[in-house]
Parts: sequence; C-alpha cells; structure tokens
Amino acid sequence: MPERIRHAPLGNKKVKQPNAEVHIITDQCKGCGFCIKFCPKKVLEESQEINARGVHPPKILDESKCIICSFCTAVCPDFAIFVVEKPCKEERHIKHD
Amino acid sequence: MVQEVSHPFSSYLRSAMIPHIWCSGCGNGIVLNCFIHALEELQRDLDKLVVVSGIGCIGRTAGYANADSFHTTHGRAIAFATGVKLANPELEVVVISGDGDLFAIGGNHFIHAARRNIGVKVICANNFNYGMTGGQQGPTTPLEASTTTTPYGNIEHPFNLVHLAAAAGATYVARWTTLHVRRLTQSIKRMLQKEGFCFVEVISPCPEIFGRRNKMRTGLEMMEWFRRASSVENFSDPSKAEITSKRILVGEFVNVEKVSYERLLHEKIGQINEKKIVW
Ligand SMILES: Cc1ncc(C[n+]2csc(CCOP(=O)(O)OP(=O)(O)O)c2C)c(N)n1
Ligand code: SF4
Ligand code: SF4
Ligand code: SF4
Ligand SMILES: [Mg+2]
Repeated sequence: MPERIRHAPLGNKKVKQPNAEVHIITDQCKGCGFCIKFCPKKVLEESQEINARGVHPPKILDESKCIICSFCTAVCPDFAIFVVEKPCKEERHIKHD
Repeated sequence: MVQEVSHPFSSYLRSAMIPHIWCSGCGNGIVLNCFIHALEELQRDLDKLVVVSGIGCIGRTAGYANADSFHTTHGRAIAFATGVKLANPELEVVVISGDGDLFAIGGNHFIHAARRNIGVKVICANNFNYGMTGGQQGPTTPLEASTTTTPYGNIEHPFNLVHLAAAAGATYVARWTTLHVRRLTQSIKRMLQKEGFCFVEVISPCPEIFGRRNKMRTGLEMMEWFRRASSVENFSDPSKAEITSKRILVGEFVNVEKVSYERLLHEKIGQINEKKIVW
C-alpha cells in the first residue's frame, strides 16, 4: 500500500502529489482485460501490440491520472502489472479549510 | 510507461514455474495474488509457511508458491495438512484447493478438520465445476447451470460452503469473489492470525470451461456477473447465503475463538509425560 494512503494527509502542511509509475510486463499478460476494465481512473487501454502469448496487453493512456490504488496490481491473475510511487521532486503547500 | 521484468511479488513465486498454466481470465491467479499480498503485508517468513493443495486447476498453486509446498492426491489436501500441523504446530499450514477437491472427494476431511478445530487455514477457489477434467458438475454447481455432465441444467442442490463451514465449527468463515481483492486480502490476513480452523471461500471465474457453457465466455463477463450479483453483508446468517445467479452474498460470516486441536493434543501429551494423568 502506498505511503500516501497509509498516512492520511489531513493536518499536514505539505502534501505529496501522487506520482505513479505503471509497469507492464507485456509478455506475461494473457489479455484478460481486468486491469483495463476495473481501473477507477481509466489509466489503461488495450494496445494494438501482439505479445509473446498472442494477446493484446494493456498500454498506458495517461499515467498522470493514476491514483496508485494498486487495484490493477491486485486483480491481475498473471502478475503482469504493478504500480510504484515515484519519489516526489518537491512537496507542495496546500491549504486546509 | 516503463518496461520492467521484476514484479514486487516475484520472490513469493517459483520463477521456473511462472508464467502459470491457468487460462486467460481465470480467477486462480487472483487468489494466488491476494494470498501473496496478505503474506507480504504480514511480513510472513516463507520458511515457516507450508502450502498444501489437492488436484485440480487451483491445485497447481502449491507448485507456484515459493514456500514448502505439497501437491497431494485428489481430496486429501486437508488430511495431509493435518499431519503437517500436528507434527509441527509452529508451521503456518495453508490449504489452497478447489470446490471439487475440498467438498466432493475431500468433503469428509473438511468437516472433521473444522469440527476438531485443527489450525489449518483453508482457501477454496469455488469455480462451480471441475475445471481441470473438462467441466463436470460438482457439489457447488448452481441449480440449472449447464456443465458437461448436466447439459440440460443441473438438478442437484449445491452446498452453501459458508454455511457448511460455520455449522462444522470453523472459527473464521468468509466469502469474497475475485473482484473483491482488497477485502479478500484482508480476510486472508485475518485468518492467518487466528489459531483454529479457518475457511475463506473465493468465488472465482472459470471462463474457459464453466463460463462458456453459461453465457459468460470471458473472465470479464464472469467478473461483471460478480459485480452485479454480489452484495456485502458482514456477520449475516450463513444459512441464508445460498448462491444464485441473482445473488452472491459476500462478507465475513464467523469470527470466534476456540482452542485448537493441536494445542489440546500437545498439552495432553505433556500431561501424560509428566504423569499428571494416570489410568
Ligand atoms: C482419485 C482421483 N479421482 C479423480 C481424479 C480426477 N480429477 C482431477 S481434478 C478433479 C476435480 C477438480 O475440481 P476442483 O477441485 O473444483 O478444481 P478446479 O480444476 O475446478 O480448479 C478430478 C475429479 C483424480 N485426479 N484423482
Ligand atoms: S493503480 Fe489504480 S489508478 Fe493506477 S493504473 Fe492501477 S488501477 Fe488505475
Ligand atoms: S490484468 Fe494482467 S493479464 Fe489481464 S490484461 Fe491486465 S496485465 Fe494483462
Ligand atoms: S479450466 Fe477454468 S479453472 Fe482451469 S485454468 Fe482454465 S479457466 Fe481456470
Ligand atoms: Mg472447481
């Protein structure tokens, strides 16, 4: 589970923006489409590429939309996709109400 | 996008055995994934973990998990696991097997392990049929479902596994589908922290064999069914949790404490050795 979710940011003066890196092990994918369908932010789509297993693996549509919920990682039956949180370049000041 | 060859769970898998043989959209990989996730979150020592499976598609799990694992004969996973647990109660013994393996040929082992409260943890991937042998009807096949041995629709009433487990005495009982990855992982974590006999049922898609005969040709269609039909209700009455095409009740059903068989056994052995018991 990413740090960002483990520690609630409320009360913090500075909050790190999620900065995702989505990794796809293309040749391990069997093309079930679970990661594409169940990603809450529609980060992924089916690619045109045909992989070693003869299916279309996912490709990334927009990595910046990823909220690092890791649902794709958990729902992939083939251990072919995972997401890591990249270190942030800078922390951003936010206002709390 | 970055191409990467090493998945964070790769050390929990036997690299020589991966990729696994399961079909595209099969839920077995999700069961394994969530199991590994639970182990990782609990930081479990793989040297103290024993994974036991019977025969069937899901039975291959024993070969994929990078723990001490045993792929036993059909229906005997719990019997085998009982022996391991009694010989060395320090070991975490987890049985991961199928609906056919655990509840048809292995049904007696299941109820008596639950009754005796042997501290093995059982995860059943329930795909409603015998996937490996071509999709025969089994003890969890829903009424009216089509299988290779019920081509006109199943007329046998299925087991409601969570009710069966609760009635037989399991100290932890939960049911999730492969769509409920978070809660499934949470339940596996919970059961791994308990002493007695625990049971987690995972409703799992077998699109290639069961789904295709029941108007769900892909894993996605089966997962859509789970999404449509499932509702979460914790600690509801397991006797009312029968699965139908319209309704799959998921949640935790039982979570109680009860002293385990192996603890009583080793206490008894200690008392006999210290001659506190004479006859
Ligand atoms: C003693 C014995 N009887 C029958 C079989 C044939 N057989 C192999 S797997 C299986 C059923 C598996 O069903 P399940 O446990 O639901 O696993 P799935 O393949 O669906 O994951 C059967 C009957 C066997 N291997 N050994
Ligand atoms: S981590 Fe969540 S938001 Fe990001 S790609 Fe995966 S499923 Fe989508
Ligand atoms: S969930 Fe895994 S196997 Fe399925 S399409 Fe996505 S990466 Fe491929
Ligand atoms: S036959 Fe069914 S249970 Fe077996 S690997 Fe294929 S989809 Fe999975
Ligand atoms: Mg089965």
